[in-house]
Amino acid sequence: MTEYLLILVSTILVNNFVLVQFLGLCPFMGVSGKLETSIGMAMATTFVLTLSSLCSYLTYNFILQPFGLEYLQTISFILVIAVVVQFTEMVVRKTSPLLYRVLGIFLPLITTNCAVLGVALQNISKQNGFVESILYGFGAAVGFSFVLVLFSAMRERINVADVPVVFKGSAIGMITAGLMALAFMGFTALVQI
Amino acid sequence: MALLRITSPHTQRAGRRTAWVMQMVILATIPGIVVQTWLFGWGTLINVMIACITALLCEAAILSLRRRAVAFFLKDYSALLTAVLLGVALPPIVPWWVTVTAVAFAIIFAKQIYGGLGNNPFNPAMVGYAIVLVSFPVPMSQWLGVQSLVSAQDTLTFTQSLQAIFQFLPVVESHALIDAYTMATPLDGFKTKDLLTAEEAFNTVPALHAANLNSWLWVNLAYLVGGLGLLWLRIITWHTPVALLGALLVMSGFFYGVDSANAASPFFHLTTGAAMFGAFFIATDPVSSCTSNRGKLIYGAGIGILIYIIRAWGGYPDGVAFAVLLMNFAAPLIDYYSQPRTYGHQKAKTGLKIGEDN
Repeated sequence: MTEYLLILVSTILVNNFVLVQFLGLCPFMGVSGKLETSIGMAMATTFVLTLSSLCSYLTYNFILQPFGLEYLQTISFILVIAVVVQFTEMVVRKTSPLLYRVLGIFLPLITTNCAVLGVALQNISKQNGFVESILYGFGAAVGFSFVLVLFSAMRERINVADVPVVFKGSAIGMITAGLMALAFMGFTALVQI
Repeated sequence: MALLRITSPHTQRAGRRTAWVMQMVILATIPGIVVQTWLFGWGTLINVMIACITALLCEAAILSLRRRAVAFFLKDYSALLTAVLLGVALPPIVPWWVTVTAVAFAIIFAKQIYGGLGNNPFNPAMVGYAIVLVSFPVPMSQWLGVQSLVSAQDTLTFTQSLQAIFQFLPVVESHALIDAYTMATPLDGFKTKDLLTAEEAFNTVPALHAANLNSWLWVNLAYLVGGLGLLWLRIITWHTPVALLGALLVMSGFFYGVDSANAASPFFHLTTGAAMFGAFFIATDPVSSCTSNRGKLIYGAGIGILIYIIRAWGGYPDGVAFAVLLMNFAAPLIDYYSQPRTYGHQKAKTGLKIGEDN
């Protein structure tokens, strides 16, 4: 039980995918303009990441490994992720048309979120088991969502600040993300995994 | 998102200009500076001077680059306040370039790039502190010990402090000078106690000797006095410091109660490191903290909890800087969900709403 908790703390805070490992920066910068959009994106990413880390675990252990096809892992994970994203898109469209409209182009873009592929590949290299893989994916997604939502609230405040013209927009966003990464260094060595 | 609109706390009374508020906060740090100088020598004062000069130069340079009124913004004392807060937070004989780096980074990147005073989302002083803490860990961990515990015979003179800070001496002599006067802070000593129990650590580790603990108790008491002065002048409200210290007390009390063999007492946590300094001078920054009273309570409690987490399980002995930065990061969201009830409306606007504004 404790090790599962440690995996969550590790992925959410200590090895946060965005601020410590610098994965998934494109949606982090792209969808953080409005708080409402970022909350929707956070929920969609959480769903996709958890499901795709489960699917890629199954793909690797029951298809690739038995046939000795480990060298195909990257391309097959991309395929698995694309399928999961398409599935999510269909579910969201049916269950919440409003959320579907809010997310717009960003839902298909989860396919290119490198954090999703990163989690799948790290699960293999860390030799995580079935439950660990799902928790790792879920924790990564919660960490991503956490900083995305906080960052979008902060960006709304920065948008009305008197920022020098050359730094407006993404530039000040990048600097803010850097300062946030600095703050996250406080969690260094909280857990060792 | 509709931003929370509240009359600025500085403008509630006539004659309370920004410069007056900043001056009062600088004056309130004087008890702390005096005690630090008394206990740790002239280094603190020299640091504050270096920091002030750097801050004014950086602020003036950036203001003139941005073609703003240089004299007008320099006279609001905000850059000086950042410099003073950083100067007292840094170890007393830290090399001068560490202070200069910290202050320059604080003023240029944490404050002016966001548009100057009133726009900075992070506390500039703590950004400067954190950046040198992660970049130069060795000089940042050399705190001076109290007189009775270090190997040196006499107190560090003014000249010796200057020599240590400006590194006039050859490297060997400089190291000897620093080694003769420095020791770990109590928090550092407790963090590195390894397998010792808390009781053994307090009896054997030199940094946890009663004399060293007492000196930190005095430093914290001095900042408490300064902070109470700010409360009395109504420059800060009670919400943030009380929530911060309360959360730290509850956290440390709980874990002390559960495992008193390995955890330090709540008294230890409240009277060492930057507990009081952080609670009254850092966390209460009106720009980077929360706006509403409920928000301030959540914000302060968050800092207190994070300080304990980083002190007890993290990699750094004291967590005030990181805890404040992390909660600065969360402050806009807390503000968003802790808006007070608008007069004439039934309920405050809270909770999670997706796509409402679309």
